[in-house]
Amino acid sequence: MIKVNNLRKSFGEGDKRITVLEDFNAHMEKGQITSIIGGSGSGKSTVLKHLIGAYRPDSGEIWIDGEEVTQLKGEAIGNVRKKFGIMFQSGALFNSLTVEDNVALPMREHTGLNEATILIMVKMKLEMVGLRGAEHLKPAQLSGGMVKRIALARAIALDPKIVFYDEPSAGLDPISIGVIDKLIMDLSKKMGITSVVVTHEIPSAMRISDKIIMLFKGEIIAEGTPEEIRNSNDQRVIQFIEGSPDGPIPFSKSQTDYGDELKEMSRV
Amino acid sequence: MVRSFFGFIGRRGFEFAGVFENFFKEISGLYYLTRATLYCTFIEPLRGKPNKWRPVWTQMEEVGVKSTTIVFLVSFLIGVILAFQSAHQLSRLGALEFVGALVGVAILRELGPLMTALVMSGRVGAAFTAEMGTMKVSDEVLALEIMALNPVKFLITPRFLALLIMLPCLTIMADLMGILGGFLIGTTTLGIDPVTYINNSLDAMVIKDVVTGLVKSVVFAVIIVMVGSYMAFIIEGGAEMVGQNTRTAVVVSMILVIIADLIFTSLFFFVL
Repeated sequence: MIKVNNLRKSFGEGDKRITVLEDFNAHMEKGQITSIIGGSGSGKSTVLKHLIGAYRPDSGEIWIDGEEVTQLKGEAIGNVRKKFGIMFQSGALFNSLTVEDNVALPMREHTGLNEATILIMVKMKLEMVGLRGAEHLKPAQLSGGMVKRIALARAIALDPKIVFYDEPSAGLDPISIGVIDKLIMDLSKKMGITSVVVTHEIPSAMRISDKIIMLFKGEIIAEGTPEEIRNSNDQRVIQFIEGSPDGPIPFSKSQTDYGDELKEMSRV
Repeated sequence: MVRSFFGFIGRRGFEFAGVFENFFKEISGLYYLTRATLYCTFIEPLRGKPNKWRPVWTQMEEVGVKSTTIVFLVSFLIGVILAFQSAHQLSRLGALEFVGALVGVAILRELGPLMTALVMSGRVGAAFTAEMGTMKVSDEVLALEIMALNPVKFLITPRFLALLIMLPCLTIMADLMGILGGFLIGTTTLGIDPVTYINNSLDAMVIKDVVTGLVKSVVFAVIIVMVGSYMAFIIEGGAEMVGQNTRTAVVVSMILVIIADLIFTSLFFFVL
């Protein structure tokens, strides 16, 4: 369904150039849930932004549903985007619109359906995420977990073949995480939706994924089923899964030596 | 000494060039956004993607109907002030009854369109930048793009059409209120005969004054919407930038409105 070949991306110019992605390859199969995990700054959000076409890669190819998308422009990229839905980390619901209008928006803009049909479909989508009855609330009146569920309802409004999830469980309580996890699994199993989940919630990723890709500093350091990841011998993978502060992944993000920098400062 | 002098000149030169480069970058950005907006608003409907009118109505109420009070108040008071100020000077020339003519022409040609545009760039331009800037910061604009909806068509076009229609309407109302203010002061405090006042006013005002005022207000509408939207769309980061760019949008659109006013006045009354 989605195939990524040799994706490279760096930001900045000259000596400030930072390589964010180094030769990223992945294959997300139809109807399966693929999770991309990694610490902050590992490049997982950058991968997602490439998949949805918000960034253009320095080199590499992305095939979505048999089409190479990195070089598309204007109308063509719009047509690819209609095939997928995305649930943003913040939800990104339109604050000026009610829940009903938010979910109805893609249908009103992209289908010729009449208003009565659209309202019935909105009700169906809201029932799927368990929030029927919230139609007339504004996003500001919803809790964090509800915002994400509405965002999911909007993402699946046009019955997409692919849904991208950006940190679906970040900042939620355990029960809401469980609910979102179940929704993601249901969608992929019952409707055959290909799901790509970008997350750093290890337990949730282990629970829902068919395949996990682990990134560290823009490179894939582990790839496989949750079971394979759990049994990995790579110290970096073990550290990340156990969440221990000591290990090959350093706690400090600083590039320079601490002692040297202090000496440098006292000299002035 | 000489070296440091030339070094100073060189550094200043580079800074200056940097400022210029930035300036032209902003100008070209503004130009491309305006072109995209004009395309989405006027060309795309002809190619089978009609504009939706419901958001335009909402925006017309927001920018037009809700601005009437402040526009009425400002232009009425401008008329009153203008009558007071000119009466003093004109009475020394023994031409007190020409207050009406002065107020009428000044309001129709300049003050009506200009004051309305300035008030609106503060009230509406700031609101555009703050609203769309917040949407940009909270990923709503990105969400639109990912849903294959053009943010220009979805966000700017309704505002553009609304202000394009409402600013000339408000200008006409401002003209009337300003003239009314002058009339009230002229006939009461200044004691000018109402009939003389009206006759003198009508003799002085010509239809060209009204038309040029309206042409200007259309141009002002384009400036206010495009500067407000551009300042919103270039926001990256957080709330701080929203505040900063809102301020910049108001300042820039006010300056551009006055420059445009200067250009059109000289064009209409000294060239054509």
